[in-house]
Amino acid sequence: MPINFGYSIAPTRAINYDNCDFSKLHELEQAVPSFKRCINCGACTATCSAQQFTSFNIRKIKTLCMDGQYESLGKELKKCMLCGKCTLVCPRGLALRPIIMTMRKIFVTK
Amino acid sequence: METPNPYFNPFVLPFVLGTIFLFGICIWKFVRWYKHFDRLQRAIIRKNLLSWKIIPALWEMFREGILHVRIWRKNPMLGYMHSSIALGWFMLILVGFIESHMTPASSHPFWMAIFYRFFITTHQTFPGAQVLTFIMELMLIYVLSGILLAVVKKIYSRILGMKKTTKHILIDRFAKAFLWLIFPLRLLSEVLAASRFQNGGFFTGFLGDLIPPSNEYFLLLSWTLYSCALCGFFVTLPFSRYMHIFSELFLIYFRKMGVREKSERTGYTMYELNACSRCGMCIDNCPLNKELGHNDVQSVYFLRNLRQKKSPIRVADDCLMCQRCASDCPVNIDLMAIRQQERNKHEMDTADNYGYLDTVQPFNAIGRVGYFGGCMSHLTPGVPEAMKAIFEAAGQKYWYMDEDRTMCCGRPLLQQGYNRQASDLRRKLTEMINKSKITMLITSCPICYQSFKKEYKLRIPVIHHTEYIAMLLKTGRIKVRKDDVRTVYHDPCELGRGCGIYKEPREVLKATTHLVKAKQEKEDSLCCGINLGDTLLDIDQQTRIRDAAFQNLMYKHPDQIATACPMCKKAFAHASEFPVKDIAEIVRENLK
Repeated sequence: MPINFGYSIAPTRAINYDNCDFSKLHELEQAVPSFKRCINCGACTATCSAQQFTSFNIRKIKTLCMDGQYESLGKELKKCMLCGKCTLVCPRGLALRPIIMTMRKIFVTK
Repeated sequence: METPNPYFNPFVLPFVLGTIFLFGICIWKFVRWYKHFDRLQRAIIRKNLLSWKIIPALWEMFREGILHVRIWRKNPMLGYMHSSIALGWFMLILVGFIESHMTPASSHPFWMAIFYRFFITTHQTFPGAQVLTFIMELMLIYVLSGILLAVVKKIYSRILGMKKTTKHILIDRFAKAFLWLIFPLRLLSEVLAASRFQNGGFFTGFLGDLIPPSNEYFLLLSWTLYSCALCGFFVTLPFSRYMHIFSELFLIYFRKMGVREKSERTGYTMYELNACSRCGMCIDNCPLNKELGHNDVQSVYFLRNLRQKKSPIRVADDCLMCQRCASDCPVNIDLMAIRQQERNKHEMDTADNYGYLDTVQPFNAIGRVGYFGGCMSHLTPGVPEAMKAIFEAAGQKYWYMDEDRTMCCGRPLLQQGYNRQASDLRRKLTEMINKSKITMLITSCPICYQSFKKEYKLRIPVIHHTEYIAMLLKTGRIKVRKDDVRTVYHDPCELGRGCGIYKEPREVLKATTHLVKAKQEKEDSLCCGINLGDTLLDIDQQTRIRDAAFQNLMYKHPDQIATACPMCKKAFAHASEFPVKDIAEIVRENLK
């Protein structure tokens, strides 16, 4: 029986980029080139309408996408109401609605 | 042995065969489209088939199919050109038919009216014969003048007030060539006949006298060419843009009966697609053409793509949905609905996306009005603040539905073709509104306003806040003073062209401030560019469209811009050095 020392070891969160598949990311970047301009400021997430009701985080989605971690994206992306507030507040002028729509096409399975 | 028909000559054959072909194909097409009508649409037609609605329908068919009044209003030169060919030709057929049937003859074959001057070589003496001849000559001149204008337009369209004209495809060019040939050939044939038989009217007779009597060979050649030009036009007509001649009449009839577009394509859409004459009036004012040079996405090309069964996904998506083309269209084709149908086709639409909205608690708001700011008003907090102050000044109890947590109305999803997701949101909001028992819904965002008004089936009245303020002013529930700041009003697309609200915002502004005009306004106003319709544009392109709209507002050098849409307000706020305010904010400042 393992002894409880009051702490545990979390599974490692390190990502080995050599094993990641970035093809979907490239597909997205090609479809909406402004995606590359993002500076991760999080203004989109702060203003998001869906975020007021549930844990929906566009910046997190973006980060996961950049890291090639696509598994949870499909479920998350469905929460977006496509209202477009994020597009208006983005200081870098990203076309966020097209990004979400393209992501849905790539990651959401019907 | 039968005597040969005196009113037959082999040269009439191309015309006769062409006519039979034309009507065969047209009837086949029209019947096939009608079969693809939706059940509801067919029920509407059956119900109204012989009702009083037929009278306004016939009147509009004549007014728009033949006189082209809407084009006259937009551009008199173009109106003259289109109506000369339509009305002139119609009169030539009608009067020619009367003329040939009045003529005492052993038989009256239907081609006799077309080739009248060849077969009837003497001046007729039946009553009114001279009047009919005079009308025929006049109408021929009328048509020829229209053809001349069309040629001028082809060479230099700016003379007729068009910067860009439609780039036509091959079949359209062929059909147009035949159309342009018909009337000069008719003139030539009648002049040659007049010089030989002395049977011309004031115009062909005069020209006939100028040339020596023609020999039979040239006479027959000319009439044969005339017949062939008619045949060529009739054969190409069903496959070219000239199909609009007949389709438009049916379209007007069905529309007057009350048939409307559905969310997917029906036979009615086919009538609309074919009713487009590709006149190109939608090109010049399209912001995408004017500011960005996207010259293959305008409604004329979009509809043509659909008719040619090409897949127009990019073309369907590259549109601001500002409805400017719809207000310019002389046929009033429901361009937005057709574009929406194409968008509906290709998007992936998943169900059960918004389970998280079930946590919204019902609120009891009996005896209050509901206020829905909309998502965008959270980015312009001055607008809801001003509305709150106005509600309080008017002593109106209200419920600010989306003060801390805002649900989208669903229209942005709908515009991109996510129908089921949009209806999910609509269901949730409808439930919330019904449970709250509010008596009226006031919205600040024209996008939400159009959505609540047209897509929701609410049992309570829905009004935009400009309408509400106009109502308060009229009933004296709030009092305002008038300042002298020169203000220009920007018509938001969704409020103006979308819902037809032009009067109320201007009434309110006239009561509170000094209203000046924009260069183009009301139906002709320009889109602010920062909208939700087009997802293919990047921010630089949107900014260019916005700058053009801004210049349009600067026409009379105002000191302040007023608008009634949070998105338009946001768009202009970055462009302008002086204040951009919502009407509600201006009213709040001037409250007594």
